[in-house]
Amino acid sequence: MAADAQHEPRGRNGRAPDVFRRGGWIPMREYPNDDEVDFAIVGTGAGGATLACRLAEAGFRVVAFDAGAWWRPLEDFASDETHQAKLYWTDERIVDGDNPLQLGSNNSGKAVGGSMVHFAMVSLRFRPEWFAARTKLGYGEDWPLDWREMWRYYTEVEHTLGISGPLRYPWGPKRPRYPYRAHEVNAAGLVLARGCEALGIPWTPTPLATLSAPRGDAHQCVYRGFCVSGCSTNAKQSTLVTWIPRAVRAGAEIRDLAMVGRIEVGADGRASGVHFHREGRWQFQRARHVVVAGYAIETPRLLLMSANGRFPDGLANRSGLVGRNLMVQTNQAAWGTMDEEIRWYKGPPSLALTEHWNYTDEGKDFFGGYCYMSQGPLPVVWAATQTSRGLWGDALVREMAKYDYQAGLKMVGETLPQERNRVTLADEKDALGLPVARVTWSMCDNDRRLVRHALDQMSRALAAAGASDIWTQDDDTCHLNGTARMGFTRETSVVDADCRSWDIPNLWICDGSVFPTVGGVNPSLTIQAVACRTADRIRALAARGEL
Amino acid sequence: MSGIRRLRAAPAARPRAAAGDGGVLAKRHTPSWDEPTREVIDARVATADAARFLGPTQWRTLVALCACVVPQHDARARVPVAALVDGKLLDDRRDGFRDARLPPLRDAWATGLAALDADSRRAFGHPFADLDDDARRTMVERMQRGELTGRSWHDMPSDVFFAKRVLHDVCSAYYSHPYTWDAIGFGGPANPRGYVRLGFDRRDPWEPDAPPAGRARDTREDDDGR
Repeated sequence: MAADAQHEPRGRNGRAPDVFRRGGWIPMREYPNDDEVDFAIVGTGAGGATLACRLAEAGFRVVAFDAGAWWRPLEDFASDETHQAKLYWTDERIVDGDNPLQLGSNNSGKAVGGSMVHFAMVSLRFRPEWFAARTKLGYGEDWPLDWREMWRYYTEVEHTLGISGPLRYPWGPKRPRYPYRAHEVNAAGLVLARGCEALGIPWTPTPLATLSAPRGDAHQCVYRGFCVSGCSTNAKQSTLVTWIPRAVRAGAEIRDLAMVGRIEVGADGRASGVHFHREGRWQFQRARHVVVAGYAIETPRLLLMSANGRFPDGLANRSGLVGRNLMVQTNQAAWGTMDEEIRWYKGPPSLALTEHWNYTDEGKDFFGGYCYMSQGPLPVVWAATQTSRGLWGDALVREMAKYDYQAGLKMVGETLPQERNRVTLADEKDALGLPVARVTWSMCDNDRRLVRHALDQMSRALAAAGASDIWTQDDDTCHLNGTARMGFTRETSVVDADCRSWDIPNLWICDGSVFPTVGGVNPSLTIQAVACRTADRIRALAARGEL
Repeated sequence: MSGIRRLRAAPAARPRAAAGDGGVLAKRHTPSWDEPTREVIDARVATADAARFLGPTQWRTLVALCACVVPQHDARARVPVAALVDGKLLDDRRDGFRDARLPPLRDAWATGLAALDADSRRAFGHPFADLDDDARRTMVERMQRGELTGRSWHDMPSDVFFAKRVLHDVCSAYYSHPYTWDAIGFGGPANPRGYVRLGFDRRDPWEPDAPPAGRARDTREDDDGR
């Protein structure tokens, strides 16, 4: 196995790793550091890679940086939860607040392709009303985007990722067919189906970014079940195997093992490039525009670390909102034991879901929504779930022995934006001497009411499906959004609808940080859709000479 | 609902292979394992049951603590769990987040192990490793409830150390080992072959039998003969 991917950059000398072939390479254009490229993009996850691809295809000269390694899944990924921690952002971050977050494995990637290399592939559209949450639903903030425009970009992303999904989606306005047929639902998913049918609410096979039929150089999913540890077969349509190879073919350069530590802003108040650490030394890439796409912790961290005399509180931060309004999603669950063997380790972890409580507003004592889906934790994650309720000793070993009979329903729940939930810089430094992020998060009353409702619904559904010994996991979260919200005015937001900083006109942000609200679905599809829209807006602005 | 229930098939009945000789490791040369996986699992299984990072006193305490947190009753399939935790400390392998009430990984363990010993001496007159099983469990219960507050803990709350370090690190290590996969009925590595039979009570021929102890109704309590 090529362990050197974490020590020696692979994207250099005019070539990049071919993710579809063991030991393979594809040609890659390179730009010298002193060549002022059109766009320097920091981060190659759902936001950065998508934008890099679309901008390169529009003819812009693009260099994208990622702090992580550039893996070839076929030869570098093991079927092992523990080893695959190499995909996670495991650099130190300090967590506090009333509900200190768990980071790393479940929400933070450090690899070319970002967190999408280990995401669970759940690819859902926002409910249209969420783009106008304040006006239409009475909470949170409105997005400066129109859902109808987003609907078109969702379709583009679904085709780029070859999403497999149901013929008819039970909720929301009409949408086109998914490009690939839905996957067979495993026993864990059929438990969800039973529960929903007993409660009289709709369910559906989950729209997933893993192939149900061969496509190009990738073959279809073999249901090995290690999806959140990285896909060894390339069935998973992550950024690593979709947007990034396309970006390289279009002339973008991707620099792996390149940690950006500072954005330089000149006396003219414009960004002039990025300082990055690669091959043992700090270097500087000149750029006409800088895009920050590091996800909701690294993005504000970089903006805050780049403070200078002109912007003493960090870049793009005249509103004081950089780092604020961090929104995770509540990820509590109900678990139970079935009479049948379930063996949830087979297949993608969430093959079935219900969005009923995203689209139903009646009977709620809270704002916002949630979906819940079937689950398939592998042993290490399942042990962590059991110990989260304090089990150890013989009690733990006995519970673990029920593994093949377990079923569970896990929510992805909306949390409200709160300014006190934020990312700041700690005094502690990382290996490069950069201040580590301090991440502060506390639930509000509305968040707690939403979770209570979901736990009650999920427990009832499990019981109706025939589970016994039902218990609830009361403390888990997933996904990271907010911290650099988009909005209508420079006083109340960090970027405008085009993801362009109000303060620094050639500084852009393109990831989940820009979300004003978070909704009750996994964010990756929306991050990519916003990135596609941003690319089109940049092209339009350039054509008008307004870039 | 009936349509879903109809998918059920009769449970397969097959004698369960003993751990180590017919379990997950027996699939090492089958299409369920690929070369990267063999490399990783081989190294884990070959881990010597000895300290490489911790000092002798810390090591004894850790071994005793692991025995309490994940008791191992099958002598033929012992997981070197303390050595796996020690390896995490040796590599300083962090998780990507740290509760603000805890010091960094190595410091937290050094403080916690020393403090557990100090409080064991105060309560029972002996270091933790020299206590009998009941006394060990008593100490761990007190740690879990945050009741260990001797000076050796410094500012670190014992309950936070127990929940976020001890349970996290020890149980992650224990359930990363193929012997425990056999004990719970997990199929283990699955590339490139993957799986075919996904429905209720369906098992591919290359999957293990489910452990009888896992049956839904708890036989220890109900004894309903399942």
